[in-house]
Amino acid sequence: MATNIQQLTQTASQVRRDILRMVHACQSGHPGGSLGCTDFLVALYFEIMHHDPSFKMDGKGEDLFFLSNGHISPVFYSVLARSGYFEVKELATFRKLNTRLQGHPTTHEHLPGVRMASGSLGQGLSVAIGAAITKKLNGDTSLVFSLHGDGEIQEGQIWEAAMYAPHNKIDNLIATIDVNGQQIDGSTDQVLSLGSLRAKWEAFGWEVLEMSGNDMADVVRVLHLAKAKTFKGKPILILMQTEMGNGVDFMMHSHKWHGIAPNDEQLANALGQLEETLGDY
Amino acid sequence: MKKYTYTEKKDTRSGFGAGLLEAGKKNKEVVALCADLTGSLKMDAFQKEFPERFFQVGIAEANMIGIAAGMTIGGKIPFTGTFANFSTGRVYDQIRQSVAYSDKNVKICASHAGLTLGEDGATHQILEDIGMMKMLPGMTVINPCDYNQTKAATIAIAEHEGPVYLRFGRPTVPVFTDPDQKFEIGKAWMVNEGVDVSIFATGHLVWKAIEAGEKLAELGINAEIINIHTIKPLDVQAILTSVTKTGCVVSAEEHNRLGGLGDSIAQVLAQHLPAPQEYVAVDDSFGESGTPDQLMDKYGLNSEAIVKAVQKVIARKHARG
Repeated sequence: MATNIQQLTQTASQVRRDILRMVHACQSGHPGGSLGCTDFLVALYFEIMHHDPSFKMDGKGEDLFFLSNGHISPVFYSVLARSGYFEVKELATFRKLNTRLQGHPTTHEHLPGVRMASGSLGQGLSVAIGAAITKKLNGDTSLVFSLHGDGEIQEGQIWEAAMYAPHNKIDNLIATIDVNGQQIDGSTDQVLSLGSLRAKWEAFGWEVLEMSGNDMADVVRVLHLAKAKTFKGKPILILMQTEMGNGVDFMMHSHKWHGIAPNDEQLANALGQLEETLGDY
Repeated sequence: MKKYTYTEKKDTRSGFGAGLLEAGKKNKEVVALCADLTGSLKMDAFQKEFPERFFQVGIAEANMIGIAAGMTIGGKIPFTGTFANFSTGRVYDQIRQSVAYSDKNVKICASHAGLTLGEDGATHQILEDIGMMKMLPGMTVINPCDYNQTKAATIAIAEHEGPVYLRFGRPTVPVFTDPDQKFEIGKAWMVNEGVDVSIFATGHLVWKAIEAGEKLAELGINAEIINIHTIKPLDVQAILTSVTKTGCVVSAEEHNRLGGLGDSIAQVLAQHLPAPQEYVAVDDSFGESGTPDQLMDKYGLNSEAIVKAVQKVIARKHARG
């Protein structure tokens, strides 16, 4: 394994521990999708994006990330803290009264690293497009990334944005969909089937890539490929196959862990499967 | 009593269009987005002057609000334009989360508000928008009264940091305010001083209140008329100063009686200075097709209705002793 992939994998192990300990401590939150998207967010913040943890809202000259499926805030907060946006010990305040780490991410409490509130689904792609347009107007050649749940794209606003971006050649944008096939009431196939996502997004005019979202080497490879495809006239969409609950055996292969916290025994079991690589907060 | 006259009638939406062009000339960070209603919103002058700063989003208002919110990151000052109905109710959650809660510097500019949209009927005649917007923490809500005031307000909100809802309309109405006015957000405008009753009016009802004031003078009633162009933040001091003097209130607006300017004033009175109040507003109903004037008459939003409300509220004041 290449050194950087090994290091990223170790960081991802620590982030998964953070996620589990955060949701356990407040007995609420969304571990399933957070665990599934851990490798992606670690790769983004520790390898792919040029970003500045001293944090300025305007983000001029740096790559920006927008989390549209805000309920996977645990992974977002852990990655921000581990990247240096704020102290890792603040992760202990997640979802508790007076915290900056609200249940869903917000700018309202001025948490460094968050540029837009999300939680009510379907809004982040439009926001990312707006930020990408401003970069172009400012002559800023850095990129905009966004992440969306597959269930989330059942929201109509996503398709308004999907139509807008190719028409207007928003080619400094890399949007990723977490394709885990699960949503609260069951599988996406049962609830409202998504059909061929590749065919849909290609028909709208996006450059579509596929990625194995829990294989760090593939995540890094495809994200670099995506970057190489920017500024070529098309927005880029990555279909990222993940396993909800990835890294914890009893949380995988089910939508059950979308929005519930482990008990003490389950936490101990889960942590036993994940190496503490950077020190728990 | 100060006498107001006018030499021409113009639509407030054209005041917005002129103000937007001016704001765009003053500050290159001003950008405009429109959801397929560029001509109706009078945004074409801006589009022509600054094509690279104008964004046609198609019939996709939710996307427009989200894009506008995103554009603020990096310093743009986005003005979104569509009808008031599609500027508010249709995109309430997008405004709530991506603009208000996220504290983004977006200016939501809404034309064809209220009944005076006319023949298109109730689907397009929103009468609830002021209520929806003023409920959002941090949102500034402005409803100017004529072309000049709308133009000045548009220029002023570009210089104000924070989300704003700017509401204006379709019909041509008298132009009677100063073309060179400095618009001060949150500061009520004393139209006419008086002692018998305070008439607080907003939007198209300000001119109706001036007409009512002249009729009332003939009846020996000296009405104080105050233009509340900024519904939020409300000029509480101006309201209290006036009502301390007059002891009774008529509020006048082209909006549902529930949730509009009248309710904001009633809340101030209930808390600080209980006094009789009458509402000139739509009585919790939808509108319908008709000419603007027919609709304003049918729904009781004219100077006769204001005169009647004044007589009633003064009688109530006297009955209280």
